[in-house]
Amino acid sequence: MQIKESSTIYDVIIVGSGAGGGMATKVLSEAGLKVAVVEAGPFFDPKNPEQITQLKWPYESPRRGASTTRAFGEYDAAYGGWHIDGEPYTQKNGSKFSWFRSRMLGGRTNHWGRISLRFSERDFKHKDVDGLGENWPIGYEDVRPYYDKVDKLIGVFGSKEGLENEPDGFFLPAPKPRLHELYYIDSAKKSNIPVIPSRMSMVTKKINEDRGVCFYCGQCGRSCQIYADFSAGSCLIFPAQKNGGQIDLFVNAMVREVTTNEEGKATGVVYINKEDRKEYGLKGKIVVLAASACSTARILLNSKSKQHPAGLGNSSEVVGKYLHDSTGGGMTGFIPDLMNRKTYNEDGVGGMHVYTPWWLDNKKLDFARGYHIEIWGGLGMPSYGFGFNPNALNEFLGEKVGGYGNVLREDVKKYYGAMIGFAGRGESIAMESNYCEIDPNKVDEFGIPVLRFNYQWSDHERLQAKHMQETFEELIHNMGGHVLGDIPGKDKDYGLLNPGEIIHEVGTTRMGNDPKTSVVNKYEQLHDADNVFIVDAGPFVSQADKNPTWTILALAWRTSDYIIDQLKKQNI
Amino acid sequence: MDRRKSIKSIILGGVAGGLAINGCKPGTEPEAGKEEALNVDEKHFGRTPEEKELIKKLQAEQFFNEHEMATLGVLCALILPATDTYGSATDAGVPDFIEFMAKDIPSYQTPLRGGLMWLDSKSNKEYGAEFKSATADQQKEILDAIAYPDKENPTYEQQFFSLVRNLTVTGYYTSKEGIEDLGYKGNSPNVWDGVPADVLEKHGKSYDPEWVAKCVDQSKRNVMAEWDDEGNLIT
Repeated sequence: MQIKESSTIYDVIIVGSGAGGGMATKVLSEAGLKVAVVEAGPFFDPKNPEQITQLKWPYESPRRGASTTRAFGEYDAAYGGWHIDGEPYTQKNGSKFSWFRSRMLGGRTNHWGRISLRFSERDFKHKDVDGLGENWPIGYEDVRPYYDKVDKLIGVFGSKEGLENEPDGFFLPAPKPRLHELYYIDSAKKSNIPVIPSRMSMVTKKINEDRGVCFYCGQCGRSCQIYADFSAGSCLIFPAQKNGGQIDLFVNAMVREVTTNEEGKATGVVYINKEDRKEYGLKGKIVVLAASACSTARILLNSKSKQHPAGLGNSSEVVGKYLHDSTGGGMTGFIPDLMNRKTYNEDGVGGMHVYTPWWLDNKKLDFARGYHIEIWGGLGMPSYGFGFNPNALNEFLGEKVGGYGNVLREDVKKYYGAMIGFAGRGESIAMESNYCEIDPNKVDEFGIPVLRFNYQWSDHERLQAKHMQETFEELIHNMGGHVLGDIPGKDKDYGLLNPGEIIHEVGTTRMGNDPKTSVVNKYEQLHDADNVFIVDAGPFVSQADKNPTWTILALAWRTSDYIIDQLKKQNI
Repeated sequence: MDRRKSIKSIILGGVAGGLAINGCKPGTEPEAGKEEALNVDEKHFGRTPEEKELIKKLQAEQFFNEHEMATLGVLCALILPATDTYGSATDAGVPDFIEFMAKDIPSYQTPLRGGLMWLDSKSNKEYGAEFKSATADQQKEILDAIAYPDKENPTYEQQFFSLVRNLTVTGYYTSKEGIEDLGYKGNSPNVWDGVPADVLEKHGKSYDPEWVAKCVDQSKRNVMAEWDDEGNLIT
């Protein structure tokens, strides 16, 4: 074999360096284990002057922030996107799954929204409520101690509210609402919709000596150079290195497969070094997969052997199945009362200061699960696209649209900050028929067979999107505002976004007690190979109307503790 | 330390690694050792090697010829002319921005180039002069006919003008001058402590004291967070 093997045998090889991989790296290395972290993208440190985009002005770039090279604008921190040259994926049966990948140390934690919500007991056992999907084999009390530890280690602002389905934690204090958020609070009150301070992982108050305190530039999506927001590099991997952990970081290293021995146990991984385009082997006693739900499924399915003919961990043929993303819908409103604003710095934290958790009883509704409401608006920094159709809103005031000359300057100022937007992010039902699998006809530029997606929404998600629209329209009208754009009807699934677009894809290696219907056990350990663990969102049985990251972190910590315990007992 | 001065020096201060900002309200002294270091490097705006290469390649190319650039200069200055306080869109460098965007987003090329040619054809036919050399009144007469697009079926001339107007307005308001003109005050380290009182008053809004009690006391932001066992913040 031509694969270059390293002679080192690692205690643990961790594939991926995002939330799950970062947490495993920290906990396992601090327990004294020798760890290899294998990341498909380059090294990234938010405080590296050559990589910083935070506090840059649009005019520092000739394209003024346009999204030509990065999906969320060129100052967004993510290297990668929905489409990566040389790394295609395909679709089946007219599916439109969008797959976002960040190729960099820290992965998508460098640019994510930092909305950090705990799952509740109901979220873990929702089948008991409505008979749909599957229950998790664990409940809130299993995860709670880890949520507590994550809160204290990483920092999350919020408020104690005593809501049953929004468990409280150890919160840093929240930032005060912005002006449009005060409008939102009043509007929601009229419709009996609750609003509470957001729960997000920015450091609004000092949490340790390694992290800065938020200076309110509103640019968490660019990743914070003083480490005042959570990303896996700045908050987990770098501190673990600083604490003396034995960590070998392999970057630009694309893992192809997990290698196994005669007994079917993992022996290491094979990766392609993107720099010399050659294959390398790493040996390890334990393999922890944290490549993201879909990438981990791909690695498992591509790790075929005599012992694992359907792919590693796939004797159940469940790997790749039950893929599900959050539902997404949105609406923008023009609020005349917010015209002609006095300007001041209201950047705040990157994202909303207030939000609405799911507030209704599904028994009285025609769909199964809930959604939360995110709010945006305000006096944001102009970037490419600002001022397009500068006076389109004249239509609502019965004035002429178009023209040129200094009247445009007045129009731009008149409407600056007069918009408010809502995003609904909800729970979909995990279904066996929604899956990713290996496309037998296509490989990427590294010769690795690619994923093919099969995904259709059901009426549960469509009707939930319809409910979002009705709610958002009411909220906009409560503020005396006008809905912008057409409201998509039934033919357009009521504006329900394509699966994958919310970037909360989970469920591809789901957790369960029965090896016939699940891929990992309640400690995220493969049923089929006891020295392989999965700490990304693949093991999620259901995703709740919450963002998955805080649960990924808590479960990765719990699994890492379990690995240490099992090593001590010499069980693996 | 005067927070405002220190922030200003970060923005204007050139290459200066490790400038300190303090995180406290204006007028209060920061506690010793509680400062945050910022790396400011004006040479970079976070491009990967591949992205740098693409920008270099695009900048080495020239799409519009000299005549087209001159016509764009006239057009952009008609769309956003100078005021007593601020220069025109052309003064703010918008034609160069449009030149770059035409290379960055190639689907802009034909509509922009074709539209500029249409301006000349129209002007030649009506006034016997290229658009850039016509009188200001003649130029405006041409623009008046295409600057108010039909909502349902805009003509190609109207679509061309809308595209140039969009690029001109976005180019201007993403320039240094344009951002100042707009009055955007952010993109700088600060301490958010709520909407200014006069703004609240103007909009008839107020902060609910119960809500504010859940919010950060910015005078204690640099005091290490500690909780009791119930998750109540005690510092």
